[in-house]
Amino acid sequence: MNEKVGIVAQAQTKYEPLKEGVDLSEMIFDVVKQVREQTGLKFTLDGTGIDSTVTCSQDLWDGRTISGMFASDVAGAHLRPEEKVAGNGVSAAAYGCMQILSGHYDVVLMVAWCRESITNGRLVEWMSMEPFVHRMLGMDFCAAAALQARRYMDKYSVTPEDCARVVVRAHSNARNNPYAQSPRKLSVEDVLKSKELASPIRELDAKPTSDGACAIILAREDKAKKITSNPIWIKGFGSCYDAHMPGDRDLAKCDALVSAARQAYKEAGIKDPAKEISLAEISASYAYQELMYTEGLGLCGEGEAKELLAKGVTDMGGRLPVNPSGGSLVGNPVTVDGAVRVAEAFLQLSNQAGARQVPGARVAVAHGVDGACGQLHNVMVLGI
Amino acid sequence: MSQETKPKAPLSIEGAIILPYRYAAGGVMSRFLIALRDSKKTLGIRCSRCNMVYVPPRETCLHCFGRMDEWVELEGSGTVESYTVVRYSLPVHPMAAPFAFALIKLDGADTSLTHLLGEIDLEKIKVGMKVEPVYSESRKASILDISYFRPAN
Repeated sequence: MNEKVGIVAQAQTKYEPLKEGVDLSEMIFDVVKQVREQTGLKFTLDGTGIDSTVTCSQDLWDGRTISGMFASDVAGAHLRPEEKVAGNGVSAAAYGCMQILSGHYDVVLMVAWCRESITNGRLVEWMSMEPFVHRMLGMDFCAAAALQARRYMDKYSVTPEDCARVVVRAHSNARNNPYAQSPRKLSVEDVLKSKELASPIRELDAKPTSDGACAIILAREDKAKKITSNPIWIKGFGSCYDAHMPGDRDLAKCDALVSAARQAYKEAGIKDPAKEISLAEISASYAYQELMYTEGLGLCGEGEAKELLAKGVTDMGGRLPVNPSGGSLVGNPVTVDGAVRVAEAFLQLSNQAGARQVPGARVAVAHGVDGACGQLHNVMVLGI
Repeated sequence: MSQETKPKAPLSIEGAIILPYRYAAGGVMSRFLIALRDSKKTLGIRCSRCNMVYVPPRETCLHCFGRMDEWVELEGSGTVESYTVVRYSLPVHPMAAPFAFALIKLDGADTSLTHLLGEIDLEKIKVGMKVEPVYSESRKASILDISYFRPAN
């Protein structure tokens, strides 16, 4: 990218299985207020503050259509511009970045929210399926993921123990993250003994129901430098869709992620991601996906993520920590999970990650995903 | 008057989104479903440029974006590429849990069809096993005109 866009602030709620006594607007207001206070920026129309808002939410999860509409007041869009991305937060952050690169705006607020607790998430997922085959069969993302998990695990000899280790690490990392939902001290045995949902996926392999919101502020280079002494730069972005019907793809692979990552690395000038990237924040709703997506991001070869995990390479203190935040396996809502990956990359690169800080982090990759078996992948490279 | 905005027991209300839809199947999906209903036949569609047979059929090839119109009649039997035993229940499930979904590569097809397995011990499903369709007695031009796939003899 010729022009530079920086991230200058982030805020997150604590993620909880059920945010009782708080409505969606209050949750959104909470994080928007925080990033405004951190930056001292106001919502303005004269180019002196925040110029526009990008919201990130999904209608059926919010239980109303055009679900950016109800939040205009708390998202800073009262008598002001707002665009909604009905996808994951990496995509929404990239959209905000493009608003700036296009010259339309200089400073953009991105805010993502979801309260998974208000409905039956499996039915929301079911509603996203095509109606003639998969919806007639009652397919949701968990069952679809289970079909993919078996293909991936069979092809690369990945065991349930390997997947359980991903969960144990996620919870261990999340204990250092004050936003994390419910980090537990788990053993591989605990994961393997948890209730089977859809074989080979067990309850602890799967992301729990979660409520929360996340906001970030993006700014053009000159303004970013005025707002904060350590802005983090968006270096590259890639996006790629795969076939809608899982049976049209080789589910053992994530070709769309490989392509999205390639675009992002090319833009960022990264030639060897395994060597040049300091840490990865990966959106995974099921444990096998964290391994599969580590490979899809080019951080190792196909089928090699379990080896990196076993050798501690992707642990905290390893050469390439994956999900220092704990990731979505400990609880981030859909749509918000991508935003959290970007926010966590920002915290790491600006040396504000506290007990989960990766020392000397210079380049991070943030990954977002949507759809059954990872139909859409978004990859953002961030750097100091 | 108290300045406290949060009451001790905040309220919530029940709601539901109930909307009727009529999804148009289009020419290609209609022909596929009618063949299931009227002649218990599974049709695929072939892209002559990419030499790919798609099931379920659709009009456009994923790979070359070309229009497909070469219909292929398949035997209906196939091989289990992956499966899962589902232990939770949803009101939209056509079978009571526990039951099995499978990705089935039909003989002569290049894509896999997602469907149900039946007449099978859920503990004995294997990737690579041969399966055949069991048709419903009362067929309605639906993918569920195949009730499920069972192990082939």
